[in-house]
Amino acid sequence: MIRYSVEKEYQGMIDAYEMAGGDKRALQTKDVAKLVVHENRVLANDPIKGLKIETKETKSGVSVKLIVEEGAKIPRPVHLCFGLLPKEGLQEIIMKVDAKDNSEVSVIAHCIFPNAVKVIHKMDADINIGANARFDYKETHYHGESGGIEVIPKAKVKVNKGGVWQSTFALSQGMVGKLDYDFEVVCLEKAIAELTVKVYGKGTDDIKIWEKIHLNGAGARGLAKSRVVLGDKARAEVRGETYGNAPYARGHVDCIELVNGTEAVATAIPIVSVTNGKAKVTHEAAIGSIDRKQVETLMARGLDEDRAVDVIVKGILR
Amino acid sequence: MLEVQNLQLTLNGNSIINGLDLHVDRGEIHGILGENGTGKTTIANLIMGTNNYKPTAGKIIFEGQDIAGLSVSQRAQKGITLAWQEPARVEGLTVRDYLALSRHNGQADQLERFLLMVGLEPAQYLDRDIDATLSGGERKRIEMASVLAMRPKLAILDEPDSGIDIVALPLLLNSIMEMNKQGSSVLLITHSERVTEISHRVSILCAGTIIRTGPPAETSLWFKDNCRTCLHINEPVDEPK
Ligand SMILES: Nc1ncnc2c1ncn2[C@@H]1O[C@H](COP(=O)(O)OP(=O)(O)OP(=O)(O)O)[C@@H](O)[C@H]1O
Ligand SMILES: [Mg+2]
Repeated sequence: MIRYSVEKEYQGMIDAYEMAGGDKRALQTKDVAKLVVHENRVLANDPIKGLKIETKETKSGVSVKLIVEEGAKIPRPVHLCFGLLPKEGLQEIIMKVDAKDNSEVSVIAHCIFPNAVKVIHKMDADINIGANARFDYKETHYHGESGGIEVIPKAKVKVNKGGVWQSTFALSQGMVGKLDYDFEVVCLEKAIAELTVKVYGKGTDDIKIWEKIHLNGAGARGLAKSRVVLGDKARAEVRGETYGNAPYARGHVDCIELVNGTEAVATAIPIVSVTNGKAKVTHEAAIGSIDRKQVETLMARGLDEDRAVDVIVKGILR
Repeated sequence: MLEVQNLQLTLNGNSIINGLDLHVDRGEIHGILGENGTGKTTIANLIMGTNNYKPTAGKIIFEGQDIAGLSVSQRAQKGITLAWQEPARVEGLTVRDYLALSRHNGQADQLERFLLMVGLEPAQYLDRDIDATLSGGERKRIEMASVLAMRPKLAILDEPDSGIDIVALPLLLNSIMEMNKQGSSVLLITHSERVTEISHRVSILCAGTIIRTGPPAETSLWFKDNCRTCLHINEPVDEPK
């Protein structure tokens, strides 16, 4: 249901959504669950059977409660679209997710700030994944080219016995601005968590990524993966932490940062720790540069250098 | 079309290219024959502007303009391209996208055609990445297909035959001749006399300089008799050009 008074705003969001690589049809189809939030206004909220979306507009954003009912298997991805079209503003999303036991859902979130000059986007999420439930979460950002944006996504996720949490956070279109990403997951018995972050920093982008996985149940598994490419004077600090606290817990931290040019600064801090003798946690972190020959390969076909680097970075972050 | 004059390159005090002169006509397939280490890949890099090579002295003139100061992209935009002896692998870039990037602007050719020309089944390859999962020969053939897709004015092919099996070699040579018929001049670098058969002229490279240029059959024979048995590896024989 779309509120008449905000139809124009909604159209603006849909256009921006498409520009950011989103599939516009998904927001227009009837039997797809979706939520569209502009600033602190809910423009569309279409739940479907098995999935409830409760919203409450606040002064600076929206508070969202997403409930996947027990045993519900949502056939098509749920689309969330958050954004701010003006140059300035604040958007705070408070998100509570309750995926009940044995449910299954895939959520695609697009965060769109195409004109941001002085924008803050905050997300505070409290997420509970029920026993044997499965939750796929993909968040893609589009920021425009000015870099005047601060993005602060924070999530605390609890994955109960046999549950699966998989998330990908991608920010490779437009300037990052300032990013402070902080996701923390607790896995109980045989639960699985996979955190992936892909970011392309340019200009004076300032990137902080913090992924934490606590493997607290026997046989729990975790992967904290990050791919960061930096150009110009961008900086990034990536922390990947995994704690093996139970027997047969298996974790891995995998961080690759690539630097293009001489002024960007990349730091990687992998922390792995084991408090149970039968747990095993490993890590690999590499900081390198973009392969010159790859860039020249594309330049020799007529692409200019920036475009060639973009194509290669897209491949790495795909 | 391409006129290289008195080209020199010194790297870390070693003289790699020594006063090299080379002339490629419009519409010509010009073979360069040379043993390992004679400077074949170095010339390819100097003409394309890759690998950060800048001539220590000399001129590289393409269609009347000295291009030695241009970037790789600018040279490519003028119509020059290079197929690497060992092409780069790019994670996350599909064959389809790679060929499409190479495709000459505004050209509606089907990408499938270029793969078929080098003997690869399009349905099997278009959606694969040009990453390390391709075999060496497959990657080389895709490199050739991407040059075909570009329809360059001048294609520099650095050992297009290396890693190619005997079944695929005739296909590959055919594709070069076809490209030539469509208007591309070709600098065909190789150490195989068999490959130079499709050239109009062949130059022999030794110690970073051209020591002989002539018709393919005769020049290849001279190469076989002299270079293959040459004990002065990379010391030019005393022979008038
Ligand atoms: N940075 C460098 N410093 C010193 N010598 C170099 C450098 N780069 C290349 N060379 C030398 O230059 C010579 C020419 O190399 P090039 O790669 O052009 O040979 P090639 O004819 O292509 O050989 P191949 O048939 O093996 O491909 C070689 O002897 C090589 O060792
Ligand atoms: Mg070579």
